[in-house]
This record gives sequence, structure tokens and C-alpha cells, in this order.
Amino acid sequence: MADDDCGETIRELEAFLDDELSEETRSQIHEHLDGCVDCLQAFDFEAELKAVIRRKCSNDEMPPGLVAKIERCFDTDFDGDGIIG
Amino acid sequence: MASSDTFAEQAMEFAPQLYSAALRMTRNQADAEDLVQETYLRGFRGFHSFQEGTNLRAWLFRILTNAFINKYRAKQRRPIETDLADVADLYLYRRIGSLESAATGLSAEDQFFDLFTDDEVKQALEDLPENFRLPVILADVEGFSYKEIAEMLDIPIGTVMSRLHRGRKAMQRALYEFAEARGLVQHTPDPVADG
Repeated sequence: MADDDCGETIRELEAFLDDELSEETRSQIHEHLDGCVDCLQAFDFEAELKAVIRRKCSNDEMPPGLVAKIERCFDTDFDGDGIIG
Repeated sequence: MASSDTFAEQAMEFAPQLYSAALRMTRNQADAEDLVQETYLRGFRGFHSFQEGTNLRAWLFRILTNAFINKYRAKQRRPIETDLADVADLYLYRRIGSLESAATGLSAEDQFFDLFTDDEVKQALEDLPENFRLPVILADVEGFSYKEIAEMLDIPIGTVMSRLHRGRKAMQRALYEFAEARGLVQHTPDPVADG
């Protein structure tokens, strides 16, 4: 596989993983990855890292009482016009 | 017009996601709680302008992001618009290629990622300057598209892409430094940045 194909593929790596490519570019990349272990490994690595970041940065427990505080505003007549909201 | 009851019914399921994102943005629990409350308050009061059938989650995150930018960034100690040092593309991957041959007992990438604690990954993200942190939170943690992020942050799509690219590389470098500090990997000199 020519080096410039690899360079072109790696340049599209993020947009590929972000699902932001046209169907045509996407299938060109799939085609390259099918025949290029080096690029495939890099793509797998970055995909896994992205999944790890997502998993480890979205697992915070909400403080007790936050939901109740939020729901309180759904019962409040803020501007005193007799209507909730 | 979308009703208030509908908002209370439909919007609460997004509270945990909004809270996690708020924590990454504000970097402390008290501000994150305030920010999420502020988001629901604004959402509740502005729900008449929400077009039913469109994406409520994206609408709420847009409110969250705007509330953060308007209200909390004045309190940030670090500068808002900061540039990042150049970091080589595929920074972590290139390093781990050499790691695998360095007799650390690690062979699979999965195992390498398990070495990082949740706190380290959160820290690496939260340490990014705000102009890089917000796009990375919205793309990598929340899964929004470039177009949605561009609209939330009111910046061009090309700017979203370049900030994601540079923010992600800086995060990879921070993660590598955590691994190095804990002796998980041996120090190797930084290669010359290639973009």
C-alpha cells in the first residue's frame, strides 16, 4: 500500500471515528484498512481510546438532592403572574 | 407550543449526562450543580421556543454550554483562549508501539487503557484550556456532531475540527505523562512535533 494512501487515511482518522465523512470517503477508508494492518491498528487504538474517554468521563454520580432541586423549579411561579414558569 | 408538563417529563432523563458535562466544564461539584439547575431553569422557562420533534438533548446541551460560557467562565482562574503546545499526531499510539517491545508485560491496548484511572482520564480532559475542552467534551463524551458543536459554541465547523484535533492530542500527551509519572512506562524523549 502506497505511503501517501496511509497519510491520506490517517488524516481522515478523526472525521472517520466521528462519523463525519461522506459515504464515498468512508468506503475508500474501509478499503484501505482492509489491506493495511498499520493503519488498521492505529484506527483501532484511537477508537478504543475514544470509547475509554467517553466511559470514564460520563460516570459521575449526581449529588443527592440535585434532582429534587431541579424539580422544584417546575412548580415555581417565577414572575408572580399566577402561572407556573 | 410545547407545554411545561412535557418539559418536566421529557427533560429529566438527561440530568446525569448534563451533570457529568457540567462537572467537566466547571471542574467542581458546587458550580456543576448550579449550572445544571440553571440549565433546567432556562430550559423550563424557554420551552415554548423549543420545536417539538427536534432534538431535546441537543437543545438542553446548547443551553448548558451557553450558561457555562456566560456565567461561569468569568470565574475560571486559567485563561479562556489559550493555545496548546504542538503534539505529534497519534502521540499515544506511537509511544505504545515502543512500549509493547519494552517488556512491560502489556500486549493488548485494552490493558493499557485500563491502567488509567477514571480520575486520570477526567483530569486529562479537565486540564485542557476551555476553548479546547468544550469541543472535546461535546464530541468525545457527549457524541455531538461537528455541526451541532459549531452551533452550540458559535464557531465555524473548521474551528471545531482543529480544536478537537489539538485538544485530543494534548489529552493523549497528558495521559502519557500520567503513565510515566506512575512508572507504568519508561521515559522516552519527545519526538519533534509533526503537526
